[in-house]
Amino acid sequence: MHVMRRLRQAAACLALSTAVAAVAAPASAQTLKMVAHSDLKVLDPIWTTAFITRNHGYMIYDTLFAQDADSRIQPQMVDKYEASADKLSWTFTLRDGLEWHDGQPVTAEDCVASIKRWGARDSLGQQMMASVGTMKAIDAKTFQIVFKEPFGLVLDALGKPSSTVPFMMPKRVAETDPFKQIDDYTGSGPFIFKKDEWKPGEKVVYVKNTKYKPRAEPASGLAGGKVVKVDRVEIIEMPDPQQQVNAIAAGEIDVIEQPPHDLIPLLRKEKGVTLYNWNPLGHQFIFRMNWLQPPFNNAKIREAALLSIRQEDYLKATVGEPEFYKVCTAAFICGTPNAVNAPGDLFVKPNFEKSKALLKEAGYDGTPIVLLQSTTLPVLTNMAPVTKALLEQGGFKVDMQSMDWQTVVTRRTNKGPVSQGGWNLFHTFSVAADILNPISTSYMVANGDKAWFGWPNDPEMEKLRDAYAKETDPVKNKELAAAVQARALQTAQYGWVGQWYGPGAMRSNISGWLKAPVPVMWNIEKK
Amino acid sequence: MLDFIARRLIAIVPVLGVVAVFVFLMLRLTPGDPAAVIAGDNATSDQIADIRTKLGLDEPIWTQFAIWIGNVLQGNFGESFFFKKTVAELIAQRVEPTLALAICTLVFAVSISVPIGVMAAYRQGSLIDKAVMGFSVLGFSVPGFVIGYCLIYVFAIELGWLPVQGYVRIGVNFWQFAERMVLPSLTLSVGFVALISRITRASVLEVLNEDYIRTARAKGLSNRVVLMRHALRNAAVPILTVIGLGIAILIGGAVVTESVFGLPGLGRLTVEAVLSRDFPTIQTVILLFSVVYVVINLLIDISYTLFDPRIRY
Repeated sequence: MHVMRRLRQAAACLALSTAVAAVAAPASAQTLKMVAHSDLKVLDPIWTTAFITRNHGYMIYDTLFAQDADSRIQPQMVDKYEASADKLSWTFTLRDGLEWHDGQPVTAEDCVASIKRWGARDSLGQQMMASVGTMKAIDAKTFQIVFKEPFGLVLDALGKPSSTVPFMMPKRVAETDPFKQIDDYTGSGPFIFKKDEWKPGEKVVYVKNTKYKPRAEPASGLAGGKVVKVDRVEIIEMPDPQQQVNAIAAGEIDVIEQPPHDLIPLLRKEKGVTLYNWNPLGHQFIFRMNWLQPPFNNAKIREAALLSIRQEDYLKATVGEPEFYKVCTAAFICGTPNAVNAPGDLFVKPNFEKSKALLKEAGYDGTPIVLLQSTTLPVLTNMAPVTKALLEQGGFKVDMQSMDWQTVVTRRTNKGPVSQGGWNLFHTFSVAADILNPISTSYMVANGDKAWFGWPNDPEMEKLRDAYAKETDPVKNKELAAAVQARALQTAQYGWVGQWYGPGAMRSNISGWLKAPVPVMWNIEKK
Repeated sequence: MLDFIARRLIAIVPVLGVVAVFVFLMLRLTPGDPAAVIAGDNATSDQIADIRTKLGLDEPIWTQFAIWIGNVLQGNFGESFFFKKTVAELIAQRVEPTLALAICTLVFAVSISVPIGVMAAYRQGSLIDKAVMGFSVLGFSVPGFVIGYCLIYVFAIELGWLPVQGYVRIGVNFWQFAERMVLPSLTLSVGFVALISRITRASVLEVLNEDYIRTARAKGLSNRVVLMRHALRNAAVPILTVIGLGIAILIGGAVVTESVFGLPGLGRLTVEAVLSRDFPTIQTVILLFSVVYVVINLLIDISYTLFDPRIRY
């Protein structure tokens, strides 16, 4: 009898504690658990170009303009804007209701300070700031940029979709030295960063910003209404791709941003898991040569190398399934306004005989090309072996050196000869949204020592790029973009080696993942 | 004894000094520039050079060493190059999962391997002995990550009894903590069980042939008392030595096991720090592992006196 009474008391206590717990946790609380492509280390999206930090930026910050699903730039924090007839003076008015996470209103002064900090770090921003005469706040919600000379990419710059994105920050934060990291993470975006719950190597936590006022338009790409439909997002760090697959199959996580291509067949077989190509523009592989060191300091030898490329060999070796790649000979991404195919069979069908003839003409002495192979990024691992095979057929000798990606990243900064740790050739890839025009495409920069690794030096290319930046007529811009591509091929500045897509995986109870160049968490619903 | 402990503790200082110099030089001589990693893929050479200056990496190597060692001597292990957190803070966040994994693994391994090792020795040549030896060979030969994936497939995916991965802190929810520790600990235990059971068998076997065991049996003591009080106690010294050495294997194994099971421990912190060339973090973690290793070996040495009265320090 006594025992039964105790049991009843225990059961009552259990029922009570369950009820209390149910009250404490909101019945509708939804947590979206996602595995991203890497761990978040740096929290300042202006200080680094790392994509994981850019994605973090989209969670907690907002942008003045944003790119929609059709790659058009649309107002985001901006309500209305107008340009003078000569396109030298631009006035922007912020929309009502914009508020920082600490409750303070977003002001025009905050935006001016943010643009200045971004303009000190980003290549497109630097180009724009070089043309800016004055930039000042007119009133609390209005600011004006007056240019010294025409600049045709004002909206493209302020709505730049990928690294480095001009995120708006409070003035006190934006006034931080652009070469120092910020330590105040107050944004005005649709999510709030929970710094107290951030455990590097374990998880990053964001909660819904309940005060955020989305635009009225439906969400489209990175533009439109950023309506948050979950209460909390947890980005879980899970370095083992096989475990990511196991975890989504077991329902322990909801989304994998980009599983490796070799695990896609496994995910296809999982009931309750859907593959989803959230970035329809995809990515582009790059073939980068060092202009400073022989033999690629010789334009004919660089041209011979480009003649040996066959994009499909790379795409089959690295991506595999044709559904996830596209042979595309346009530098500025097939299906976008500046896309123009390369002439003839270039990049489609190699011409090894012509390559050998060019090498002979250039006096190539058979010194092996030092080709850096990254072995730690699955999507790049097979690139170098393909290059070695193709270049050897084209008459080159190749010394492929294998190393982890971080060593490639370090080694490529070395401008010296290969005997002193230098290099001749390496591969990388870009998010397509970063390389849609000659200004944002860092591979097209040809100002020698200041250019991206490989350091091409071609004043003619710089003139064309400059003309593109200053041109405000879209038709003429398209012509200039074609001229830039033609010039890059003429000097064999670099090679583009195919377009590819990395689908995400999500549980079938997840919907609303937007198609955009960046994986964004607003609009996603969990049932 | 106190004199011995004091001498051993003082001996830690030169050991740590050598480790510090060695780790520091190895990291600086290994290819890889943290500034290039931090800057990201689109950064230019100038931006990378600027970050290098900010991090002090353009200083001469001996200046960098002097600054670092000076700070360490004041208890300041520096700030991670990547996270805006001190290394001490990062390590403090990562200690619990590794400690939990190590303790669970040791408990699993010792409680399984010592009894089966003793049984194998006692029944030498029997089916039990052959099974233990067979398991031991298997445990040595199969890599930890293969065992981990097999356990995950059976217990987490097919049977759904345990979670696939992750870690819940013990203070947050004990049962969720416990169910997430089972598979990683079992995985890491396998090699450990193989090692300890084999050494236990060999040591006990050797002791069982000693005269004093025959005397104990002649006195009419039961097999249990002979085995546990006389044989195992006298065989304990090599077993303890192997357990001590096994801590090093455990630290190495934790790196793989933590990666497979998504445990945010020190092993994974080490891998992440090495891959991103986070010098302050790597240096501190390796110093910490060295201290742990030296202290555990000291404790093992002290414990010898409990089992073998002939040993006196």
